[in-house]
Amino acid sequence: MTTGIGARVKRREDKRFITGKGKYTDDVRTENQAYAAFVRSPVAHANVKSIDKSAALEMDGVIDVLDGHQLTGDGIGNIICGWAVTSKDGSPMNMGAWSALATQKVRYVGDAVAVVIAETQQLARLAAEAVDVEYEELPVVAFADKALKDGAPQIHEEAPGNLIYDWEIGDAAKADAGLAEAVHVTEMEITNNRLSPNPMEPRSAVATYDEAEDHYTLYTTSQNPHVARLVLSAFYNVAPEHKLRVIAPDVGGGFGAKIYIYPEEITCLWASMKTNRSVKWTADRSEAFVTDAHGRDHISTAKMGFDADGRITGFKVDTIANLGAYMSLFSSSVPTYLYATLLSGQYDIQNLHANVRAVYTNTVPVDAYRGAGRPEACYLVERMMETAARELGMKPAELRAKNFIREFPHETPVIMTYDSGDFDANLAQAEEAADVNGFPARREEAAKRGKLRGLGYSCYIEACGIAPSAAVGGLGAGVGLWESAEVRVNPVGTIEILTGSHSHGQGHETTFAQIVAERFDQPIENISIVHGDTDKVQFGMGTYGSRSGAVGMSAIVKAMDKVEAKVRKIAAHQLEASEDDIVIEGGEVKVAGTDKALGWHEIGLAAYTAHNLPPDMEPGLKESAFYDPSNFTFPAGTYICEVEVDPDTGTTEIVQFTASDDFGTIINPMIVEGQVHGGIAQGVGQAMLEQVIYDEDGQLITGSYMDYTMPRAADLPNFSVHHASTVCPGNPLGMKGCGEAGAIGSPPAVINAITDAIGNNDLAMPATPQNVWRAYQAASAKQAAE
Amino acid sequence: MTKVSLTVNGKPVARDVAGGTLLSEFLREDLRLTGTHIGCDTSQCGACVVHVNGKAVKACTTLAASLEGADVTTIEGLANGGLHPMQEAFKEHHGLQCGFCTPGMIMSGVDMVTRYKAEGRELTQEAIRHELEGNICRCTGYHNIVKAVEDAASKM
Repeated sequence: MTTGIGARVKRREDKRFITGKGKYTDDVRTENQAYAAFVRSPVAHANVKSIDKSAALEMDGVIDVLDGHQLTGDGIGNIICGWAVTSKDGSPMNMGAWSALATQKVRYVGDAVAVVIAETQQLARLAAEAVDVEYEELPVVAFADKALKDGAPQIHEEAPGNLIYDWEIGDAAKADAGLAEAVHVTEMEITNNRLSPNPMEPRSAVATYDEAEDHYTLYTTSQNPHVARLVLSAFYNVAPEHKLRVIAPDVGGGFGAKIYIYPEEITCLWASMKTNRSVKWTADRSEAFVTDAHGRDHISTAKMGFDADGRITGFKVDTIANLGAYMSLFSSSVPTYLYATLLSGQYDIQNLHANVRAVYTNTVPVDAYRGAGRPEACYLVERMMETAARELGMKPAELRAKNFIREFPHETPVIMTYDSGDFDANLAQAEEAADVNGFPARREEAAKRGKLRGLGYSCYIEACGIAPSAAVGGLGAGVGLWESAEVRVNPVGTIEILTGSHSHGQGHETTFAQIVAERFDQPIENISIVHGDTDKVQFGMGTYGSRSGAVGMSAIVKAMDKVEAKVRKIAAHQLEASEDDIVIEGGEVKVAGTDKALGWHEIGLAAYTAHNLPPDMEPGLKESAFYDPSNFTFPAGTYICEVEVDPDTGTTEIVQFTASDDFGTIINPMIVEGQVHGGIAQGVGQAMLEQVIYDEDGQLITGSYMDYTMPRAADLPNFSVHHASTVCPGNPLGMKGCGEAGAIGSPPAVINAITDAIGNNDLAMPATPQNVWRAYQAASAKQAAE
Repeated sequence: MTKVSLTVNGKPVARDVAGGTLLSEFLREDLRLTGTHIGCDTSQCGACVVHVNGKAVKACTTLAASLEGADVTTIEGLANGGLHPMQEAFKEHHGLQCGFCTPGMIMSGVDMVTRYKAEGRELTQEAIRHELEGNICRCTGYHNIVKAVEDAASKM
């Protein structure tokens, strides 16, 4: 079938986007719309002495100016962190209070203290500047390592020494013993640079309170509107769930930044009730840089020991993770259960231990950004492996292959059970596609032109489709991580799929329809996908962590199983056959081996007319399902990057980037390749271009696209993307997930390639021309001295 | 307020605008043509690219009041019924994911193809990547956008 599983179906959602008819949150405008502008702290750490609203309140068009005292006075709750991480001494994490509008203290540049509601956006912004806030400045600490030093400024009284938790995983004694018996130990200090996710659509909210119905509606840029509704209701007390509708219409990219329920959405909803007006807020890019949760920002030291044969004898990691000024929704889980649990990589490591200290700093909160913990783990492991291979005089691929896991299921010492994979196949496919054998000749040719050519590997593994709810609950998650779906077959036979997953670029309207078209052998035009509206979809946990395929589509399959069972019963009854003999093919429901058949639409009509159904059968043809995964999924693969460095300037060009991924079953290769392209681009951005920079005073230096280097077309090559897949045994479609792999696997491949070219393993991300040039000069000087 | 009369997507439009009103705001708020997007505040991202008198401009750095008599085309008016070859190519080559940068990408794509054709220059992949300097996409890694522009160039 040309529209079923494995088909490169062109996207059904594209037409509205290419004609300018997409409907994003900022495109929503209600009658008599009012606008919000936030008064934000210009300093990173201060006591709020007073807020003088009088001048702003007198300005034209200003409806009201609201502050945090009013907000908390109305019982709006503090912002929560949804994952409780316990320190190794058994104590709970030290979490400071976070109010949507600060009352006593501001803790980062951008922390909101008040909001102006006015008739236009321009008037609101002007009035926000007229709100006079008196700050008593406090000492600032903007860097994670400094936050832990004695005498560092104290950010939250609940977290002495700015330590949120001191957590560990694995067996320290075994890891130490493994390192002690090693014949070679590779040691590295590795920093994972701080990033800003930067979906191209800035965050936005349109909140409307209907006084007559005592009901709220929120349009918002969310990856998970039901989670937003749950949190806004259960924890922030904005409105009870049945009085709050959350709609996430077309959303212009998320990458993690749109998972969380931020102060702005809470405040807009509350302000709509306070002013009895529909309140709209849209971030500009500068505001996005100081409000969207940042990602990464780890400092680690690591030791990996090897025996004489190159087998890993022990691996020990110590990490400091910067969580910013407040604990964002899933921030605690990122440097722990999403990071340290992947430190075994693709390798059989029996002796492994990681210690993670999470700290507060006077910076924007840090949370999950595409990959979330797994890029940090992959970068660490793969830089270690490549460096170790160079130190041991082995080929990087050979050292990796020597340590590959080859039997599944494989239980790692850091609580993961890898279910499937063929790491050799991905490595072989990538090496062949990248023509690794031809590299020495290419390097020689480049040298003749005065260029340094380098080759770098990354064999990544990640965990997606988080997974199973009871297990994550046991680890501290405050939510279940299942997904829900509803399949409605209409009386005319058309099919509506309501899904709790949310598409913000992933193409669900196409891929989700493909699995339904294949299952019921129906034209894809007759299938529609509904998502993003809490009034339409029963519930959903949303889209992040590459979960929409493995979890979201599995829920659809489960609901389709139920629909098919009912279809079989109806057909068997009407065609006077056994249910076991009923088959769905050619768009009909048939008795196998006979010419007795009903059209699909006839089944639909029969279900709804209910004139001739089996005894005791309820009318209608609509089923719902909740799917809770039995395990994580484990996408894996090999990425090989080839670069050319200009030794005079440090300018680096990626001349070839090759990916071989194992995503399990692929529904639409076109869309999957697109996900890999975009992921690699973000990974290359991290490796070569992007970095959020704060100064000592906690001022954000990279607060616009003039300062924060987004990858542009000329920074990137064409990508060579391949698949060598094993089926995931854990879900009905055999899917593993593809959304984050590119961003996880690519940074170490890039840096390994550049360090290979310049002959210096000591190179930090982002590998800007200046950083590369300096590292090359250092290596050259060292070589000359020797 | 300044009275400004111009043509937008082939239709005459006359409005009073404040002196500081940007073309992007004018299109989105006054005319409700919301296909022109605003992705930054430093004229870097290109989500707001439209055509003014046949040339690509960033609507976020153009004052509406300066456009007396101008002919403005937005993404909504690019094709006269059906799809423009550039729009077709973006769909065909999966040159978009979230769709937010897409209107600007398409308008820039049409502009570069038109210019290169007028100048008799070959629009290579390298040239396309260079020409896309003013348009940022966070989803696609540009791979398929480059393919789409290249394909559309052969059909325009």
